[in-house]
Amino acid sequence: MARNPVAKKAKTEREFPKVKSGIKGLDEVTGGGLPKGRPTLVSGGPGCGKTLLAMEFIVRGITDYNEPGVFIAFEEKIEDLRKNFLSLGFDLDELVKKKKLVLDYIYIERSEIEETGEYDLEGLFIRLGAAIDEVKAKRIAIDTLEVLFSGFTNQGILRAELRRLFRWLKDKGITAVVTGERGDVSITRWGLEEYVADCVITLDHRVVNQIATRRLRVVKYRGSIHGTDEYPFLISSDGISVLPITSLSLSHTASMERISSGIPRLDTMLGGKGYYRGSSVLVSGQAGTGKTSLLATSIHSACKRGEKCLLLLFEESESQFIRNMRSIGMDFEPWVQKGLLHVNAVRPTAYSLELHLAIIMKMLKDFNPSVLAIDPISNLYPVGDDMQVRSVLMRLIDFAKSKNITGIFSSLTTEALVGSYSIEPTAMHVSSLMDTWLVLKNVEGNGERNRAFSIVKSRGMPHSNQLREFIMSDKGIDLIDIYQGSEGVLFGSARAAQESRERSQIVLRDEEIERRKRELERKRRIMDAEITAIRERFEREKDEANIQISQEKSREDAFAKVLDDMATFRQVDK
Amino acid sequence: MPETKKKPTKKVTEETIEGKWILRLYVAGQTSNSLIAFENLKKICEQHLQGCYYIEVIDLLANPQLAKGDQIVAVPTLIRKLPTPVKKIIGNLSNTERVLVGLDLRRVDT
Repeated sequence: MARNPVAKKAKTEREFPKVKSGIKGLDEVTGGGLPKGRPTLVSGGPGCGKTLLAMEFIVRGITDYNEPGVFIAFEEKIEDLRKNFLSLGFDLDELVKKKKLVLDYIYIERSEIEETGEYDLEGLFIRLGAAIDEVKAKRIAIDTLEVLFSGFTNQGILRAELRRLFRWLKDKGITAVVTGERGDVSITRWGLEEYVADCVITLDHRVVNQIATRRLRVVKYRGSIHGTDEYPFLISSDGISVLPITSLSLSHTASMERISSGIPRLDTMLGGKGYYRGSSVLVSGQAGTGKTSLLATSIHSACKRGEKCLLLLFEESESQFIRNMRSIGMDFEPWVQKGLLHVNAVRPTAYSLELHLAIIMKMLKDFNPSVLAIDPISNLYPVGDDMQVRSVLMRLIDFAKSKNITGIFSSLTTEALVGSYSIEPTAMHVSSLMDTWLVLKNVEGNGERNRAFSIVKSRGMPHSNQLREFIMSDKGIDLIDIYQGSEGVLFGSARAAQESRERSQIVLRDEEIERRKRELERKRRIMDAEITAIRERFEREKDEANIQISQEKSREDAFAKVLDDMATFRQVDK
Repeated sequence: MPETKKKPTKKVTEETIEGKWILRLYVAGQTSNSLIAFENLKKICEQHLQGCYYIEVIDLLANPQLAKGDQIVAVPTLIRKLPTPVKKIIGNLSNTERVLVGLDLRRVDT
């Protein structure tokens, strides 16, 4: 561990000092910029953006780094350059007026020149020198130096002079960008790379599937580590943007904050709290399974929390989306009006993938939302192949994560595994880029089609493994338990029927209990009645017995009296 | 020698040459090529344009801004300003044949 920083430091000391080009992304690819005080060769075919790159290098140098510059044009007239670059927002006139920029057009026409012996190109040196001195330039761009080769026949002199030119530029300590036409076998048609040994960049403009993509590659950078891949680049309204795929690192800090998905039951399934903020969520499913609605619910909930959302629609227009979502009880109109929701609806084929990425990134930077939603990412497919879509998404997700933006992406599953519960294959293998993967499926059975929902994965949280039935109504989305019991797994009306069957059975059982209770009560009442009757009979018998007893007693008394009377009568002595 | 302006020599004009010739020689300092070019030019002019030529020598080291006007890249460069059209000849003018062709003087001999 301790050795690394030392080694790193030694490396940077060994490396050439660099000058930031100011071109978006190029400085990342070159590991800090172009070699300071040395020439860089930019080669490419016609229409690749060589002139633009050279000009942007000069203009950015002036505007961003306060380094005056000189632009030497061999091919385009100054007036044309001015017009062309004004459309890109570079006001060359303004910079010339401020004495920061010199534009010089050098015109060489072979047919007008007669060569009559030895000569050199001191005239060129003098012109360059004068232009450099005029603004004390730190940067120079020469576009395209190779015109000299078609202007002069004496190759020996020309090559010697070119070698002298590059040495002269180095001696002046000026950072130069020299453009050259691409050759068939060599990097440039006339082998300029022989003279410019420090840094060579090639530009390319390729058309794949009818969509053109510009690419940039650093072929050579002496004494410096640089990216060797081909990097796509764009020419947009504000110049060149190189998009280094690998320059984004996985170093974003993970948020512990959780945000609601907008569906209480889904939050419960996701460990009770919903998604992580700044995570990426994939909603995949077949056509008509409710991907957009699920995605919309999360946006709706974010807007309710007062968070800004950026929604990119590749299938529907904004008003169509708003109308459709109203049918499931969500009104996005207020969010749009409040400026919380920005909807950008465009067909994926409108631009190339790289341009899509750049536009999305620009919107993210400008709008700074906390939620980004794309519906659906699978529609990017006609525009690029697997690798490209994946790399674009990877960069987009990495970018979003670095800004702590939660990404919600829907994806249409092409394979119709009807009735199957197997994990959906996502065509573009993007699931590994996603932190949470929600799958919606059509389940056919009993003459109807129902939607099943499950969570395939959700990194960093306990989550439910249960299949749920996904129900959309005018009150929104609900996830409810599917029926799992002796009858198997049931969805939709079958589930409802089974549930009602179970309910009726419960009712029956309750009735039986009631009946039993009533029966018992009745028996108790009968018993009580009988007890009463027996008691009454007893009372009656008791009364009768008492009467008899008293009668017997009085009869006895009467008999005793009679005996007593008779004794008295017989004068019995006592 | 460079930077000096050669006065037009007043002599009888040849019948094939009409009017005055204005020639401008661009050099960069007193290099051997500059000197050779000037010598060669003088020789040719004396031979073919006696009395009706005017040579202007411009040293770009002294006046670098002048390189723009005539689009000078290589030195020495000879510009025929008059008669029109403007002709541009580069090199030290040691190939007399080519200079004559370049100046449209070749047909005089043929």
